[in-house]
Amino acid sequence: MTSAANEDEHRTLVRRLIERQPADLGLLKRICVASAEALSASGAGISVMTADGTRGVCATSDPVSERVEELQYVLGEGPCIDAFAARRPVLAADLSDAATFQWPVYAPAAQDDGVCAVFAFPLQVGAARLGVMDIFRDHVGRLTGTELQTAFTFAVVTVEALLDMQQNGVARDGDDTAVLDVGRRAELFQAQGMVMMQLGVSIGEALVRMRAYAYAENRRLEDVARDVVERRLRWDGNK
Amino acid sequence: MNTVSAERLATIFVEAADTLVDEFDLLEFLHMLTDRARSLVEAAAAGLMLADERGQLEFMAGSDENVRLVELFQLQNDQGPCLEAFRTGQPIINIDLGAATDRWSRFAPRAVEAGFRSVHAFPLRLRTQVIGALNIFGSSAGGDFHPADVPIMQALADVATIGLMQERAIRRSEALTEQLQGALNSRIIIEQAKGALAQVHGITVDEAFRRIRAYARNNNRRLTEVSELIVTDLTRLPGLMQP
Repeated sequence: MTSAANEDEHRTLVRRLIERQPADLGLLKRICVASAEALSASGAGISVMTADGTRGVCATSDPVSERVEELQYVLGEGPCIDAFAARRPVLAADLSDAATFQWPVYAPAAQDDGVCAVFAFPLQVGAARLGVMDIFRDHVGRLTGTELQTAFTFAVVTVEALLDMQQNGVARDGDDTAVLDVGRRAELFQAQGMVMMQLGVSIGEALVRMRAYAYAENRRLEDVARDVVERRLRWDGNK
Repeated sequence: MNTVSAERLATIFVEAADTLVDEFDLLEFLHMLTDRARSLVEAAAAGLMLADERGQLEFMAGSDENVRLVELFQLQNDQGPCLEAFRTGQPIINIDLGAATDRWSRFAPRAVEAGFRSVHAFPLRLRTQVIGALNIFGSSAGGDFHPADVPIMQALADVATIGLMQERAIRRSEALTEQLQGALNSRIIIEQAKGALAQVHGITVDEAFRRIRAYARNNNRRLTEVSELIVTDLTRLPGLMQP
């Protein structure tokens, strides 16, 4: 219970940091600015990928971050690309450590722009890959345990923001928390797989549909998921 | 439980070492370890939990994954042998579940309900850090660990830790975080695949998982890779499309 409460607290804090940013910036850019501030970073970037791996929207906190974020796609290498491919974070606390990271062109170029460390976090729910969030620092050094936790929370909040955006701009009030924990949410992911097959859509789209339904019916997502797994609710019309 | 024979033990360690060498898949590896841990001491069930960056214990692999067993693992974020082994770094052994209600007011009765009589947990240790726990459930009366078996099970738990550190340069402390996060996401993919296959064939998610594992094993493919294909392009797994 304590860790769950702690998690909610963290999430509330992160949401507050995002809400504090100027509203005219657009949500993804506000997330970038807020995460850079919270993580003593020089900047941040979010790249949104489509299901086939091509890149869509990109938001960054500032022009330098935009250049460094773009650079990865121009060069076809970098932490963000590796994080997307491997589906896990890539924590490069020192870009000059060439032996560890195989970015012979990207690393020196990013350093020329004053970036010394990059931390890339995949934005994903299992097999549903939405994009990557990059945190850039102008100094070498690891993220502390607390900073890592904050960064992961930013990533989770960003995933939810991206799902909401696909849901025709439905605004949510943020009380639908902690949907991404594996252990406690096995049913949610199982339901996602079932709805995917019922509708013949992608695994990401299945989650968008379930969230939209939960929102419209004013029900908790995990209750909707349980109904799907227990076959009381289905999406293909054979109720 | 019986005392472990040296031959069986040797076989398991060779198998573990073999898995670590090529085509390494962490979740496959952890499943293999829980299977072997279970059969080694003739226990009823075994499972493995890892702590994420928040110190939250996440269920990663079980000798079987029926809903009741998974629920028992999930409960242990609040109380139970895994949580205690994780917090203290010490093995918790030979706990009689029938007499453990005072210690774990919710976990113990649920475990008894699920048909278990005894429980044990071994910490997964990495240098000074504890990163998770290996959980063993016994069902028969007198399902106790012989003192000589304790270091053996602890050794198996230590092998799991080595597996976690295998894929990447061990000298980077970030490697563990990267690895864990990747494994947590793979675990989600497996759940998604269970649901997808259950839907296609009108079977339970437990049965779906058995088919996924059997398919991976029989075709010499990685559990995570098979799960991912089920979710992204099931047509590429004709063997799993037939009922």
